[in-house]
Amino acid sequence: MNFKLKDIGPQLMTVLAVVLVFGFFTYNAQVNMENRGIDFGYGFLSQESSFDVQFSLIEYDGSHSYFRAYLVGLLNTILVSVIGIILATILGVIVGIARLSPNYLINKFAAFYVEFFRNIPLLLQIFFWYFAALRALPLPQDADAMFGIAFLTIKGLYVPAFIWQNFNIFFYSIIAAIIAITVIRIQAKKLQETQGKQTPVLLISIGLILILPLLSFLIGGVRLSFEVPVLKQLATTSFIYEGGVSLPPELIALALSLSLYTATFIAECVRAGIQGVGKGQKEAAASIGLTPNQVLKLVVMPQALRIIIPPTTNQYLNLTKNSSLAAAIAYPDLVLVFAGTALMQTGKAIEIVSITMFTYLSLSISISILMNWYNKKIAITEK
Amino acid sequence: MFKYLKQLTSLVAMVAVLFTFTTESMAAKKSKTLKNTQKKGFVRCGVSQGLPGFSNADAAGNWTGVDVDVCRAVAAAVLGDANKVKFTPLSAKERFTALTSGEIDILSRNTTWTLSRDADIGLTFVGVNFYDGQGFMVRKSSGITSTSQFKNGISACTNIGTTTELNMRDFFNSRGISYEPVAFEKADEVVAAYDAGRCDTYTTDKSGLAAQRTKMKNPDEHIVLPETISKEPLGPVVRQGDSVWEDIVRWSLNTMIEAEEYGITSANADSMKTSDNPQIKRLVGAEGEMGAAFGLDNEWNLRIIKQVGNYGESYKRNIADTGILPDRGPNELWTKGGILYVPPSR
Repeated sequence: MNFKLKDIGPQLMTVLAVVLVFGFFTYNAQVNMENRGIDFGYGFLSQESSFDVQFSLIEYDGSHSYFRAYLVGLLNTILVSVIGIILATILGVIVGIARLSPNYLINKFAAFYVEFFRNIPLLLQIFFWYFAALRALPLPQDADAMFGIAFLTIKGLYVPAFIWQNFNIFFYSIIAAIIAITVIRIQAKKLQETQGKQTPVLLISIGLILILPLLSFLIGGVRLSFEVPVLKQLATTSFIYEGGVSLPPELIALALSLSLYTATFIAECVRAGIQGVGKGQKEAAASIGLTPNQVLKLVVMPQALRIIIPPTTNQYLNLTKNSSLAAAIAYPDLVLVFAGTALMQTGKAIEIVSITMFTYLSLSISISILMNWYNKKIAITEK
Repeated sequence: MFKYLKQLTSLVAMVAVLFTFTTESMAAKKSKTLKNTQKKGFVRCGVSQGLPGFSNADAAGNWTGVDVDVCRAVAAAVLGDANKVKFTPLSAKERFTALTSGEIDILSRNTTWTLSRDADIGLTFVGVNFYDGQGFMVRKSSGITSTSQFKNGISACTNIGTTTELNMRDFFNSRGISYEPVAFEKADEVVAAYDAGRCDTYTTDKSGLAAQRTKMKNPDEHIVLPETISKEPLGPVVRQGDSVWEDIVRWSLNTMIEAEEYGITSANADSMKTSDNPQIKRLVGAEGEMGAAFGLDNEWNLRIIKQVGNYGESYKRNIADTGILPDRGPNELWTKGGILYVPPSR
């Protein structure tokens, strides 16, 4: 009994202290809010928001509820995070490998890029891309068409919209291709393990993902046409493009700066991962007759990934959280729409800030869980 | 004998306790905010992050503007020195939280008085120091001279967390015009983005438009359209629940406006003490007990007028002479065709 108490005593004290501190703050907030006549409650979420948002993935205007405004902000945060993570990963891997290149120029250029972009505060980079780069862009009426169909202007990037007919058939054909590829891969692996035969899985996969959707066009009645943006005059010197899809410059600047910044860190993770694999491993692999490609694919990468994934997860989390700097350049993310405008219009500071904090927490934990799962999957399984 | 002594002592003690209690409650009547302010030695005032004419800091960090003058007036009344103010620049988003959380004691930051703000969020508006309305600014070269020329797809830059965002929606919706709202957290960024050509129009309170225009690369390239789409009575705000402090701020503002009405200026305030008009004498602390109810001395209003000036002086110094809005419009006294009208100090 004595032993047990000594064991759990400190833990109990800690829990008690946490509960007390938390309880004190809650009580304090309650008393002060009561004194100042501020109500507490989440009822406002169903009220009409009566403000508009510049850019939204779901249908939204001021006649929808505050909850819907919250969803708009959340989806915009997820959108810019996903774009940022994808771009940062691609760029990071390229730069990370480039830093190990024996080519002096490529090597030094990659090193310069990493040192330059990771040592300037992100907010400054966002301002640079938004304000400095934006000012250099042409007005809509002066913009030259890119490939004859897209326009990069100070008011955003205008690209053609896809107009699909029978899109569902096209979608099913891609699903079918993915299922077929998975089955073939499993079969190929079995074949290699039991009979030692190699199947050209990559070629078959590429073929399937091209042929099945193509078939849907030929016999499935799927049609695709483009709607090209057209210049429209609003006033003597004020123009916009109509039709097509417009990407606001705020999104472009934010995604660009987030990915350029985060890619530097990912590049360092990749470099560390590859350098972390022992030289002997590569030499041993080569000595048993594997081609350089096979060495990279079968020996180096599986081991390097185990080193790369955990720190890269941190970078993904950072990128997602850093996306809240969006408020500075008017990108309507969760912080700007919900913890900004909605908070101001309702005055529900505690409620909204707590929801926002909880949302970022959930987002980050989701990314963590996903990456931990992947990390476990590629970890060495001791036999 | 000793028995009586004991009783006597307890009686004295009781009286003492009772007496302490009454003095304590008298002091409490002086208001917690007032006591704290006098203890600290400065008034904590929330202002904008830079709006010429209203609250703007120069290179040396000196704040000027009509909103700033309200805080200075309170400092002159309460502490005897109009310079004993600590200014906290706040974004539109931060302002109410800063006030309700007790970080500042007066919010004098071109804030629109609306029902929901007054009723919902633990604030009390004490008055109006500027009657404003929302308008639009466009480039002269666009050829637009009226909001009726706005077309579908127009992009409008503005601030978040303001009534502007709501009025803008009402305006465009009622006319059936689709628009792209581009809302920034800070005014400087709104100006930069509009100036760069990101938006076709910039919308906020007309006084704000006039003030921000002076910050643009080339102010002459822009015009403010004549239409006013909303009522924006701007005024100082205090926390709910301290009615004495609320009264002090309200009557500091009223004193400035009424002083103008009676022709009392910073220059002639002292000589007005011997005026024949009892109302003027009350306004310079020469008659009546005008400060006692607030727990202030009798010359609190004289100090406001001497150190800060009357409303007209403040307007001229900050808004007219700087070329922002030379015409006082509705912000003229009721006796001169405007709508400035305050209850009498008596």
